Amino acid sequence: MRTRLFALALLLGASPLAAQGLKVPATVDTLPNGLRLIVHEDQSTPIVSVNVWYHTGSGSEKVGRTGFAHLFEHLMFMGSQNAVYPAFDRLLEAAGANNNGSTTEDRTNYYESGPVSALPLMLWLEADRMGWLLPTMDSAKVDAQRDIVKNERRQSYENQPYGMVADHLPRMLYPAGHPYSWPVIGSMVDLSAASVEDVKDFFRTWYAPNNAVITVAGAVKHDSVLALVKHYFSAIPRGPAITAINPTRPKMTRDTALVLEDRVQVAQLEYVFPTVKAWDPDDAALQVARMILAGSKNARLTKRLVYDEQTATMVMASPDHRRYDGDFDIVARPKPGKPIAPVQRAVDEELRRLGEAPPTAREMEQAKNALEAAFLRSTQTVDGKADQLNQYFFEVGVPDAFQRDLDRLRAVTPADVQRVVKQYLTGPRAIVSVVPMGKRELAAEPRGVTP
Amino acid sequence: MKHTAMVLRVVMAAAVMVAPLSAQVTTAPALGPAPKLSVPVVQTASLPNGLKIQVARNAEVPLVEARLIINGGARLRGTAPGLATFTAGLLGEGAGGMTALQLAEETDFIGASLRAAAGYENVTLSLSVPKRSVDRGFQLMALMLLKPTFSSVDINRQRALRLAGFTSAKDSPRAVATKVFYRNLFPASHPYHGNINGDSASVSQFDSVAVRGWWNTAADPRRTTLVLSGDVTLQEAVRWAAKHFSGWKAPSVILSSVPARDVSGPTQWKARVILVDKPDAAQSVIMIGGPGMSRTDPDYPAAVVMNTILGGSFSSRLNDLLREQLGYTYGAGSNFAFAPVAGPFIISTDVRTDVTDSSLAVIFREIAAMRDKGVTDTEVGRARNYLVLGSLSDYETAGQVAGAMSTALLFRLPLATIPAELARINGVTTADAQRMAKLRLNPAEMTVVVVGDLAKIRAGIEKLGLGPVEVQTYEK
Repeated sequence: MRTRLFALALLLGASPLAAQGLKVPATVDTLPNGLRLIVHEDQSTPIVSVNVWYHTGSGSEKVGRTGFAHLFEHLMFMGSQNAVYPAFDRLLEAAGANNNGSTTEDRTNYYESGPVSALPLMLWLEADRMGWLLPTMDSAKVDAQRDIVKNERRQSYENQPYGMVADHLPRMLYPAGHPYSWPVIGSMVDLSAASVEDVKDFFRTWYAPNNAVITVAGAVKHDSVLALVKHYFSAIPRGPAITAINPTRPKMTRDTALVLEDRVQVAQLEYVFPTVKAWDPDDAALQVARMILAGSKNARLTKRLVYDEQTATMVMASPDHRRYDGDFDIVARPKPGKPIAPVQRAVDEELRRLGEAPPTAREMEQAKNALEAAFLRSTQTVDGKADQLNQYFFEVGVPDAFQRDLDRLRAVTPADVQRVVKQYLTGPRAIVSVVPMGKRELAAEPRGVTP
Repeated sequence: MKHTAMVLRVVMAAAVMVAPLSAQVTTAPALGPAPKLSVPVVQTASLPNGLKIQVARNAEVPLVEARLIINGGARLRGTAPGLATFTAGLLGEGAGGMTALQLAEETDFIGASLRAAAGYENVTLSLSVPKRSVDRGFQLMALMLLKPTFSSVDINRQRALRLAGFTSAKDSPRAVATKVFYRNLFPASHPYHGNINGDSASVSQFDSVAVRGWWNTAADPRRTTLVLSGDVTLQEAVRWAAKHFSGWKAPSVILSSVPARDVSGPTQWKARVILVDKPDAAQSVIMIGGPGMSRTDPDYPAAVVMNTILGGSFSSRLNDLLREQLGYTYGAGSNFAFAPVAGPFIISTDVRTDVTDSSLAVIFREIAAMRDKGVTDTEVGRARNYLVLGSLSDYETAGQVAGAMSTALLFRLPLATIPAELARINGVTTADAQRMAKLRLNPAEMTVVVVGDLAKIRAGIEKLGLGPVEVQTYEK
């Protein structure tokens, strides 16, 4: 409740930088087995969100087992020693709660959300699978979830227009062996190879309390939550220490281009530029650059391509800053039947222009206000806050970094935007064209205008 | 029985909290007492021009959520297919001397979000704005409502974008299935027959005369409600509405909605199979439709419980069978498409190409099992709790409250009636759910639509004997 008040107070403040501060008060406790607990109290609605982050994702996979972290996420719902399949979903539904999980390159999260009366159940279920997943694991479960993941891949990639781009981009952007050089969903061949032994190894290495953080947000009291977490999780033994890695990628020195023929009628251009990792000093400026390029109707690329020249039907930009590295993605679609090249040239020109002269004060203020408003609206729910607290803890070591995040956004200057655009978005890129079958002549020029 | 069990649970939960152990806990904890849902209190007022106002105050956040809901969208009499959504989309493309780009700039600048959209029943302008900028927010909303530009330049641009959207829709198997599904389930005279966004033929005709003509009669304060939630009192709401919307004059004619009773009911409730070819598709998209019901049907509580068991939750029978047991899909589900005019009952999934026929066989076998063997007490209990306790999360933000008030308007079911309705859901018995399965799941009334690689799936589907098989294309 306090959170929300402070959050929107920022928008009210006459001088944003002088604002009192956005607070999402959160405690951090550590159990003897290394498990960390973050608690945020918000009594406004009698609901609770339990959000567990394991600090492992597809970046932890071995060569030949791509897609395994995500397959493992599925196996976490297949029952554990005391919550035997299909107890997990059935017990939660009977308590009025929803649950799900997701996997990225860096982390895997699991969450339950529902009436506060379900909190002990949610924690017990998370504890049972954190501690005792393997006693009921067998090849039948692996086979079943493998098939389901393959269906997920078919539905979200292969049977989806433009869906296969995501399959190719990682290896265009990262050197072989880099944790980001394969897609999170993995390959069909690697998914087929996954075995029960792989599951056991992965679980013992990564799914230990010392590599997990639980956030509980909602109509709860810290002391009661801590007591419950101790009760359910204390018996889980600490796992091996995690060895830090420091993967790097060599500087991209030239454009790499790929043309994919797909069963589509409209071509699509995708540019991906190597950028920086999360919380790098240039991260915030790239977020503002994204807004100025394609964050609204009057953003530069949208205005020019969709409104003024009307050569494109859609343009999007999205920065993605992960633990070890980041990328900046621009996607544009020309009109049906039209080639990519004119759209591509306009994108190149706008990037060069923004790299040569700073954006106006008005553009900066619009971009920041829109970013800030969207950010604050995302903190209105306990689900949203719980996941964000976990993310900040993962990235910067403290859960309540909301104000710090806003501060760095507010501190971005027009010169910063110009500099990061010039430095990252006018250099070498991955260029992926998707064209209708047999229409390779619609593809992008294989090199950007500025090499 | 239920009440007694609840008291026991409280005691157990308390015991857990005072005595932390450090041994493995091998049994599931009992649930604590269920929190009680308190729905927001709604106050009402109106302006002399007929505009109604509803306010649910929650001053926790200095944010105002407003929904200006004009009853009568695509279902208004004489509305060309796609014209309602096209016109609503144009409201933000230029108004009161400001271009689309200027409107977007201003909206972002004050940290607001402002958009207009149309459905079958309503045109809705939605504003989310920090309290300190509420006046400017309503000013922009009023420009869109009362002074839309509708210039030829804007119309030509938006029309081209919409036509391009139709082209792209053909590439998406899911979009193709949805279009073919509604076209076949509802007769041409029915509002749900065509895509709400129209088709190439209808949209190509749209010009500034058509758009302005429709808007000038459709935008009528007499059938409009301004819904507000967040940091707003009734007095403030009336003051803001009077300032920005009292100059809104009613059109000389009242354009009526096509009433439900005039809609020639779906005549095509019969068993049949429609196939659409998508060569080399990695999966088949399946949509199965039968007669649905109105949201205000007295059977609503029993129907939603029955649907939760069949395909309305992750543990439901369809998802459990097709995904968990058989590995045919990433997910399968069912739902009643509730609307004032009864929408269809829909079963939907994407399955691996080589098990398309097997998946259909499983779905129809499960429908038969629901009808003939019924449901268990456990399933019914779980479904009731899932629906009733799950509703606690529906009123967390001001935006959710405004959404709930809009839905309440649509179905004429005020928020104050929600607790009673939840109590009715809580009272649904196993026999009720079973009766609903028999009544509502009738294979003889179900249309099956499959979009996939027909060379590989057609023969298998035909062998199932689900009804006459017809091959169609996206266009027809």
